[in-house]
Amino acid sequence: MGRRIINRRLGYGGAIFWGALPFLAFVMLYATFSALRLADNPGDKLLPAFSTIGNTILRLATVPDARTGGILLWVDTEASLMRLGIGLAGASVLGLIGGIAIGLIPYLRAGLSPVVAVISMVPPMAILPILFIVFGLDELSKVMLIIIGVAPFLIRDLAMKVSDMPIELLIKAQTLGASTWQIVLRVVLPQVAPKLVDAIRLSLGAAWLFLISAEAIAATDGLGYRIFLVRRYLAMDVILPYVAWITLLAFAMDWVLRRFNRLCFPWLQRGLS
Amino acid sequence: MSTLSVRNVWMEYADQVVLERVNLEIPSGEFCALVGPSGCGKTTFLRLLLSMERPTRGTILLDDAPLSAEPGPGRGVVFQKYSAFPHLTVSENVILGLEFAGSPVLGKLFGARRRAALDQAETILASVGLSGARDKYPAELSGGMQQRLAIAQTLVRKPKVLLMDEPFGALDVGTKAQMYELILALWREVRMTVFMVTHDLKEGFSLATRVLAFDKVRLDPDAPGAYGATVTFNLPLDEKAERADIVAKLPFAPV
Repeated sequence: MGRRIINRRLGYGGAIFWGALPFLAFVMLYATFSALRLADNPGDKLLPAFSTIGNTILRLATVPDARTGGILLWVDTEASLMRLGIGLAGASVLGLIGGIAIGLIPYLRAGLSPVVAVISMVPPMAILPILFIVFGLDELSKVMLIIIGVAPFLIRDLAMKVSDMPIELLIKAQTLGASTWQIVLRVVLPQVAPKLVDAIRLSLGAAWLFLISAEAIAATDGLGYRIFLVRRYLAMDVILPYVAWITLLAFAMDWVLRRFNRLCFPWLQRGLS
Repeated sequence: MSTLSVRNVWMEYADQVVLERVNLEIPSGEFCALVGPSGCGKTTFLRLLLSMERPTRGTILLDDAPLSAEPGPGRGVVFQKYSAFPHLTVSENVILGLEFAGSPVLGKLFGARRRAALDQAETILASVGLSGARDKYPAELSGGMQQRLAIAQTLVRKPKVLLMDEPFGALDVGTKAQMYELILALWREVRMTVFMVTHDLKEGFSLATRVLAFDKVRLDPDAPGAYGATVTFNLPLDEKAERADIVAKLPFAPV
């Protein structure tokens, strides 16, 4: 007591309690209003009871769909993750190649940097119709939307990280006899790889946004497709678990990428403590 | 083996002259200390020797041939900071030079060739006293150990010229003394030509066989950038035993 609030620390248990509090508050608010509305009108669809949501989840995750024969949640998850994975992989390759080229080689910087700066300002959603026209309504246009939406950010971010590398390291490599290619392979690439992973983590939100938008407009499966399909029936018992599932997937991807950085680049952690 | 001639070298930027009229004849195997107040072009001169920049006038000849236009394996360098590659362990840092030379496509050696390179690195690491730290990353090393690693890393390519930019500037007194012994021992063994920038006169005089003092001789108070610095004192320290060897190898009598 008597300490300023900026000096008052909490223990491990306290941190868990305070962290869980908003979630608990949200669940309780939902339960209360759901119960109130259902008491008024048992057919209310806006805030379904937890039991209804639970049953729906069970049906989505275990019972094959009458029309397609697939289990919807897994079919949708697989389709969405496939698009997201290919899109992010493509964007990463472009980001890595473009970023290193622009950050390291003056001629390529002069030639490419303005064009990338302009492209990165084009709102990807605005050219989605063009993508549908050019690449068709199949998988390719959705993957391309993610690539076009994410790659310019990755390229610019990595180009900046490469040109921020201390010049001393590049000079040193040259005095050790390295060619440009060897410098890329042994000096630049290993040092920007963890930065690429961080940049991907930052662009996960945007990638999901593009994915769900594309699926909402033209798809026959996928998490975004399902949400926008059942919207017509006000099926909040499907929409809410799907949103929670998407959030969980995004969170898991972020966590995996963070772990990946720790495991694969041990030198990042050394000497920090 | 590695005589350096600097002929009327100028270094001018848009609005200021940094170096002017620099003329030097440095015999092979000399240990030169570049001293002078800050901002007087010592580091710029070192950057010219490293080909990080090109002089705006004049020529620099290494063994009677013009200096190559970019940094290369003939001239090793030790910077004050960022000397080692943070993503490689100590021994990986040292074999890097061998890997660049032995593997043009991948820049990485495998199997028996990698083991041979590691053996060679081990000898060098032992000579700089880093054997125990071979599997650590640079960030885990103390400042002195990092500079030893930087020196070990350059030695692997056996440079004819070693350039050092305030290599011991960030070290404490005790560590400095150890580093002096180390660098002198290595230099006596390899006898490369050394250029070391230092702001510490005492360090310069105790290590070097020749002290080069940089300073401005002309000053226009209305235009501080109008005149550059030059070598005001070029002082061979003939009382040092090592200089006798250097002079004995000269094809002509010293001036």
